[in-house]
Amino acid sequence: MLLAISTLKKVNTMPTEVKTETLLSVENLKKYFPVKRGAFRRLLYVRAVDDVTFQVPKESVFAVVGESGSGKTTLGRTVLRLIEPTSGKIIYKNEDFTKISLKSLRIFRRKMQIISQDPYNSLHPRKLVKDIIGEGLKIHFHMSSNEILDTVKETLERVGLREEHMFRYPHEFSGGQRQRIATARAIVLKPEFLVLDEPTSALDVSVQAIILKMFKDLKSSLSLTYLFITHDLAVVDYMSDYVAVMYLGQIMEMGTKEDVFNNTAHPYTILLMNSIPVPDPRHKNKKMIPKGEIPSSINPPSGCRFHTRCPYAKEVCKKEEPKFVKISKGHFVKCHFPIIE
Amino acid sequence: MRGDLLDVRELKVVFYTYRGIIKALNGVELWMNHEERLGLIGETGCGKSVTSLSIMGLIEQPGEIISGDVYFEGKSMQKMSMEELHDMRGKKISMIFQEPVSALNPVMRIGFQVAESISRAKDIKIKEAYPEVLKMLELVGLDSKRTASLYPHELSGGMAQRAMIAMALSSNPKLLIADEPTSALDVTIQAQIMELLDELVREMGNAVILITHDMGVAAEFCDKIAVMYAGNVVERASTVDIFEEPLHPYTKGLLKAVPKIGQSKELVGITGTVPDLVNPPTGCRFHPRCPYAMNKCSQKMPPLIEAKPGHHVACYLYTQEGEHNAN
Amino acid sequence: MKSITIEKRGKLRDFIARRKPIIEDWKHTLYLWKSTKLAMIGTVIIVIFILIAIFAPIIVPYDPISSNMSARLQPPSWDHLFGTDQFGRDIFSRVIVGSRIELWIIFLVSLISGGLGTFLGVVAGYFGKFVDEIIMRITDMFLAFPSLVLAMAFAAALGPSLTNTIIAISVVGWTVFARLARAEAMKIKKQPYIEAIRAVGAGNSRIMFLHVLPMCLSPVLVQLTLRMGTIILTAAGLGFLGLGVRPPLPEWGSMVSDGRSYLVAQWWISTFPGIAIAFVVLGFNFLGDGIRDIMDPRLRR
Repeated sequence: MLLAISTLKKVNTMPTEVKTETLLSVENLKKYFPVKRGAFRRLLYVRAVDDVTFQVPKESVFAVVGESGSGKTTLGRTVLRLIEPTSGKIIYKNEDFTKISLKSLRIFRRKMQIISQDPYNSLHPRKLVKDIIGEGLKIHFHMSSNEILDTVKETLERVGLREEHMFRYPHEFSGGQRQRIATARAIVLKPEFLVLDEPTSALDVSVQAIILKMFKDLKSSLSLTYLFITHDLAVVDYMSDYVAVMYLGQIMEMGTKEDVFNNTAHPYTILLMNSIPVPDPRHKNKKMIPKGEIPSSINPPSGCRFHTRCPYAKEVCKKEEPKFVKISKGHFVKCHFPIIE
Repeated sequence: MRGDLLDVRELKVVFYTYRGIIKALNGVELWMNHEERLGLIGETGCGKSVTSLSIMGLIEQPGEIISGDVYFEGKSMQKMSMEELHDMRGKKISMIFQEPVSALNPVMRIGFQVAESISRAKDIKIKEAYPEVLKMLELVGLDSKRTASLYPHELSGGMAQRAMIAMALSSNPKLLIADEPTSALDVTIQAQIMELLDELVREMGNAVILITHDMGVAAEFCDKIAVMYAGNVVERASTVDIFEEPLHPYTKGLLKAVPKIGQSKELVGITGTVPDLVNPPTGCRFHPRCPYAMNKCSQKMPPLIEAKPGHHVACYLYTQEGEHNAN
Repeated sequence: MKSITIEKRGKLRDFIARRKPIIEDWKHTLYLWKSTKLAMIGTVIIVIFILIAIFAPIIVPYDPISSNMSARLQPPSWDHLFGTDQFGRDIFSRVIVGSRIELWIIFLVSLISGGLGTFLGVVAGYFGKFVDEIIMRITDMFLAFPSLVLAMAFAAALGPSLTNTIIAISVVGWTVFARLARAEAMKIKKQPYIEAIRAVGAGNSRIMFLHVLPMCLSPVLVQLTLRMGTIILTAAGLGFLGLGVRPPLPEWGSMVSDGRSYLVAQWWISTFPGIAIAFVVLGFNFLGDGIRDIMDPRLRR
């Protein structure tokens, strides 16, 4: 049933293109972290990712949105097997990525790269930029040092930096420039798939705009596919084609950007959108926002995980976990009472 | 007197470091009236937090105020004694911070910490303050009895920020400085906290300086906005004017960079990087990144002038000489 | 011809320009060094110590080994600055030459115990789980004994000699570095830049030795400098107990020991080597404290 999303035509932005090919398919993925709690050191599990299924069409931007504790970051790392999944399948180009041996995994990694949130800690502080970017080339392509320098130079120009930046240390760069270096390190390996884990959340807005633009340009010039992880719905609107909204380890709503933003069906998505401050002083109506705190993912609420904060919750929501159902072509919702016009 | 509550005049603050002297504030001009809500907007390193520390009288070594002054209710803070400053901080100005959990003392129960700030504000014994504690905690929407007996690490970020607000407002201060109060919180919690702050401040009639980098938060909360760049206030106007008719090129650039739901246009960032404040650009500190930069811009910092009624801007595009040059 | 030299000069300029950040970093270190007084004093003492060790054969006025019974037990005078011992050997010469032995011991012990400890610590910290358990239980076993007693046991078992002294002190000393490197490696391996390099496709040994290890070195180096004083003390202790360097080699500890039966009347035999030990140990401690301050990230930027 989930194949539907990949065969979907995109509604608005690029009407001529029809994308059918699925690059990455995630099925029933789970990641539980064991933790010991309390006086008796009882073994409990953090259900960071709890039964997640989705598909990323080739050359699209698939956004995963959520608040802290939603498991979005764990999801990104598990998809790359930087964290081993507890169960479930990750199928990359018809190959089950979860079954690959550790040795071939390293070779496989070239095609799937990650750019992480914190540009201040994601670059080795004692290495020159040329070594940070060139290391992957040494590992995968066995290039000579001159070839590496040339390639690094080319890549630096591609992300908007200059040749002279090669011989500097990371601490000499601003946050935006560091994120460019991290991007250069990823794309120098000619990957097909990039996980962008909140790549701009540590940056100022004026820099964020430039970095997001860079990611957009790179995507079209290098035919990349993005799994874009963020907490910022406005950025999702700007960047992505498909959206999955996560809450406490589960996808609550998923579909094309137009479906999720314009025909929003899950109460959580609506309340999440209401919570976003609008940069427009005339927009001052009173909004409904979710009440209470985000529950712990060690002991997620029974039934629907959102019921504790949901203004529409009924008895059934506390008892029964809603199914992830299709409400229109490619638009899925995990709710007993989805809002459908 | 431009503002009857607070008037910051040509404030210059420097920090002495190994790399050299950081010229953090370069003649900041800021003023506000009672019960006003002023948003202080700007990006990393623009001097928002240093400004708020100066207003609190908390600039310490290696920092120094080298010129200018802060007038609070018409009184010069440079001339205040240590006791007067201390008294002012406890009773007339309070502050809430970005990381509420680390701003609280980790080994004291919440109830005690709130009681302490109440006792200081009202000059009563800590024991006598306890009934007030429960009232304040309830006011900020916490389960008062339970929360009072908890330690800071047992609170979530949102709850800790509520407790901080309870402490800050317990003295019913004339001025509340909120330094990025919701940047560390999730959006749904941020919405709750901002709503709470809005209600409380409206009821109690405090003036607020909201320091933020989030244009959305500022738009929803503030009446007036001051935009800072590299140690200067470059524009100050009502919130509507800032968002609808920004004058300073930096403000314009900032607004074009903010993503907005349901707006399909491309985002435009500001090219170049924030200047190093050890060697800041001469003249207007924004001129190296400014698309409208003129010769004059690199020579002398433009003064903050009233370009339209109630709309101040520091840019030569709006001075008479500047207009002349631009043509 | 001319163009070639110009090109060469250009290349040199390029070379320097490229390394500017490294040079800047060193300048900063030098600045911090100058502003840390203890480090300066420590450095001066240690530099003098090393210079003396290097130029010992030139400085010494007498043969430090062969005895001269006609000049035995002479008090300090212009002929014999520090006096002579019961075999008529010039104590000044023996202290000077002794510095070479001490330096040699410090160098080898640091290399062996520092190297071994860091290696095992990084491996334990990086892999964690059972590898960590095994390595750390071994270090616990070593740490269960007082270090001097353990060193004595080793030295006694191996027999007294310079090599065995070095082995004994190394075997006792590595645990400190192993623990330190392990703690550091555990912290470093969780950093995002390590995850990033794993995502690029680097294998365990590459990550461990090229990325994690260099970041673990600075605390180990600081500890090593702080420990150098202890190394001398242990060597001297072994020498004093007759388990260390064999006479007639002028090791400072055994020299102190030699003079102990003459301590009341001929105080100079034990005192001068003792002062030498105290000075050098103090120097290393100052230097170690200074380096720790300089490496402190709160002071750097």
